[in-house]
Amino acid sequence: MTFQRPTFRHPELPPNAAGYTRREYEGGLSTLCAGCGHDSICNAIIQACFELALEPHRIVKLSGIGCSSKTPAYFLNRAHGFNTVHGRMPSIATGANMANRDLIYLGVSGDGDTASIGMGQFVHAVRRNLDMLYIVMNNGCYGLTKGQYSATADKGTRSKKGGVNPLESIDLCELAIQLGAGFVARSFAGDKRQLVPLIKAGLAHKGLSFIDVISPCVTFNNNPESTKSYHWVREHSEATGTVDFVPFRQTIDADYDDDAVATVVLHDESEIRLHKHSPDVDVTDRRQAIDSLEDHKAEGVILTGVLYVNPESMDTHEILNTSLRPLNSLTEADLCPGGDILEKINAAHR
Amino acid sequence: MKQLAAVNNFVIRFANVNGSGSASANNLFAKAVFRMGVPVSPKNIFPSNIQGLPTWYEVRVNEAGHVGRRGGYDLVVAVNGQTLRQDYDGLEPGGYFLYDSSRPLPEDFLRDDVTLIGIPLTHLVNEAVANVRMRPLLKNILYVGALAALFDMDLAVLADSLRRQFEKNPKLAEPNIHALEIGHAYARGHFPDTCRLKVQQSDRVGDAIIMDGNTAAALGALYGGATVVGWYPITPSTSIIEAFGRYAGKYRVEADTGRLRVAIVQAEDELAAIGIVIGASWNGARAFTATSGAGVSLMTEFLGLAYFAEVPTVLIDVQRVGPSTGMPTRTQQSDLLACAHASHGDTKHPLLLPCDPRECFDMTADAFDLAERLQTPVIVMSDLDLGMNDHFGPPLAWDPARRYDRGKVLDADRLEALTTTWGRYLDTDGDGIGSRTLPGTHPERGVYFTRGTSHDEYSAYTEDSGAYLRTMERLALKWQTARTLVPRPRIRASSPPSRLGAIFFGSTTPSAYEALEELGARGLAIDTLRLRAFPFPPEVFDFINRRELVFVIEQNRDGQMRTLLISEGDLAPERLVSITSYDGLPVASRFLVQALESALAERGVSIPPAVPGQGETP
Repeated sequence: MTFQRPTFRHPELPPNAAGYTRREYEGGLSTLCAGCGHDSICNAIIQACFELALEPHRIVKLSGIGCSSKTPAYFLNRAHGFNTVHGRMPSIATGANMANRDLIYLGVSGDGDTASIGMGQFVHAVRRNLDMLYIVMNNGCYGLTKGQYSATADKGTRSKKGGVNPLESIDLCELAIQLGAGFVARSFAGDKRQLVPLIKAGLAHKGLSFIDVISPCVTFNNNPESTKSYHWVREHSEATGTVDFVPFRQTIDADYDDDAVATVVLHDESEIRLHKHSPDVDVTDRRQAIDSLEDHKAEGVILTGVLYVNPESMDTHEILNTSLRPLNSLTEADLCPGGDILEKINAAHR
Repeated sequence: MKQLAAVNNFVIRFANVNGSGSASANNLFAKAVFRMGVPVSPKNIFPSNIQGLPTWYEVRVNEAGHVGRRGGYDLVVAVNGQTLRQDYDGLEPGGYFLYDSSRPLPEDFLRDDVTLIGIPLTHLVNEAVANVRMRPLLKNILYVGALAALFDMDLAVLADSLRRQFEKNPKLAEPNIHALEIGHAYARGHFPDTCRLKVQQSDRVGDAIIMDGNTAAALGALYGGATVVGWYPITPSTSIIEAFGRYAGKYRVEADTGRLRVAIVQAEDELAAIGIVIGASWNGARAFTATSGAGVSLMTEFLGLAYFAEVPTVLIDVQRVGPSTGMPTRTQQSDLLACAHASHGDTKHPLLLPCDPRECFDMTADAFDLAERLQTPVIVMSDLDLGMNDHFGPPLAWDPARRYDRGKVLDADRLEALTTTWGRYLDTDGDGIGSRTLPGTHPERGVYFTRGTSHDEYSAYTEDSGAYLRTMERLALKWQTARTLVPRPRIRASSPPSRLGAIFFGSTTPSAYEALEELGARGLAIDTLRLRAFPFPPEVFDFINRRELVFVIEQNRDGQMRTLLISEGDLAPERLVSITSYDGLPVASRFLVQALESALAERGVSIPPAVPGQGETP
């Protein structure tokens, strides 16, 4: 069932630059378990879209199957949504994007939906650098079928039922960097301060933006031994730095004591400013990005924040050299070569 | 000795090694017959292999316009040592065996009803051609020259064809024409008046074209306005995408920017290929994919989603031999049930059944209109024979007044004008079809959530049984709407109607018509109905109900179309008699005559014997 949110709001809530209040980015009431990390991520999505002043109806939200894939019902009520089949969101997103390059595509998936059944579709959407924001709500388990390990569960981690995961885990961020995603980040559902600017940057980046958000499953995978629990992540994570996202033509005053500020200018001339703790790692260098991930992993630490950015990458439309006009807006006059040409084609077959 | 004699009426088979460049030489011969005004039907019978395995190419020359496969061959060009014995043994009595006499024939080739035509192809080509790499290719051209002499064909037509073929590289035309002349001179000198099969100039071609069904389907998609393609390579459908890409590169380029009005995405597998199509169609583009049975198996999950969420989807299935990987380069009509009911749950999908390139073109273009009108997957059922072989048939035509039927799509103005609450799955006019909206159309109105889970009229998720039943019943109503929109069957009935009928479809058509014509000439009239779509329009059942017995002729083992007819029409099974041919070769008219004769004999109906006909000596 979908439950509608009460519509009462404080009358003086300020609208954003596009004239929308935050309410107009919200969705139905969540039916996930109380305390689920996914709900925090939904709120961060709402906040990011509101702050970017995107027109809600120009966003397309897509998902696969699973707890995470239910969430598009809980944000952006004014956007068309497509809850596809298990693991197949990327291909639907590819087709939708090919049909209309002018909309914003936001895909939400889970670790089962992406790292297992949908692995093929995920890696190939990344390879073709589809212009979309792809968020994985990563809780290391299958929630809807009551807690089986997923492929991102860390080897050796212990579930609530007591079993130890004997298999290697898949690091989706590392894969995304290897396969050519232009923007790769990792965050934690409980860290709104980091997550909101990451989502904003991911939405502004042209090409595939991937954000892996660790999102504890409060019902099946939030015991202290789980590496996807609130407790564990809070104690074992380290950020690449503090992130600001500066949309084009807006200025903000950074109030950080910058030991090192790395600024990356995106396609639309928005900026990502990374106030780094460590000046050593260049997030625009693919090899350094992967090394940094592995180094932290070896120390038992989850690295969060912007992991890699390549603002120069070509998205699928640029690779295919498609018309700048949305393909779904073309008419007979644009598409049908007409009878004379058909007669020429006939003649060539005589 | 008995010798087959015929003018413009025989079958020639070329036995070659795959990858030796023979197909283009053999095609040169077929094209020359066509350009002499004689209907012709070339069929490539090839292995799943790039180089080295045996391959055959059959050309039927038929003044009367029978362009289905006949069965048997009257002359064989036997230039593949691996199959020499097989090609010799299979030759019709009275036939001609053309072989490379640079090596003697084995001693046990002792048939006394075969005329041997030994031409030292290897010696001749080695003498005439210095370039070693060119020799195998020119050897093929050389036997075409010899055939021209044996059949009394005008060498100028062939030479002209070669010039056209090498228009862009005229230097290559000369050695080819030279090889043609060497073969011609040798056969004329050594085998004058040997062959009693002849090709004579005629006027039976009219404005016909010779085109493969895949090219025609690609053009149908081009003219039908497809802008997004998701695909994964698979024989025998790949050439649809290749042809579409080639034509799009010519006719879909923006003059000012050089950008393409099409996005062709090679997907990672068939699952993604159809996902791309569904995503694009959902978002308002015309999109399609092409695959074969093995791909359809992978696509069934998504076809169920498109059926239940009601997303237009166009799929072209170029059928090949199953089950599983089967014989990937051989033909069959065996995906009917798999496509008609693709996916779990109660699903059914309209199928279109083209029988020639013209219909591949028309029906592919129509599939977009139907899919958008019905908001459901529509599958064009081609097959390897229809798709990959060249077919003689009517030219393609496009009505300049034709407009795409985009179905019920509400734009911003119509959303603005709404006075009642809009529901995506609300049927307001009784055809079982709601109106849809595209993302980004209106800031406040027309937004909905698409899902494969059960939903109510307003697209909200529901587990309410009543709402689920309403949806399923509406989809059943939509199926009835589909029945009124799909192409009607073609009926040929005698007056008064015959007690017997025959139903067939797709690439079976030309051989079926020919077989039934022959039985008709022998005094047994059988009325025919050529199916062009599923669901079946009412006249299909009317046709069956007016006849005592109806044969259903198809190219699969289990009589899949017969099963669909029985289940959709709630018919008594004994009324429909299955005639099947499913060995992987295009169905042959001679086989059908025999199969029909024995099916009738079992029921006590005998037909006068055949009068001497084509390719037979009185």
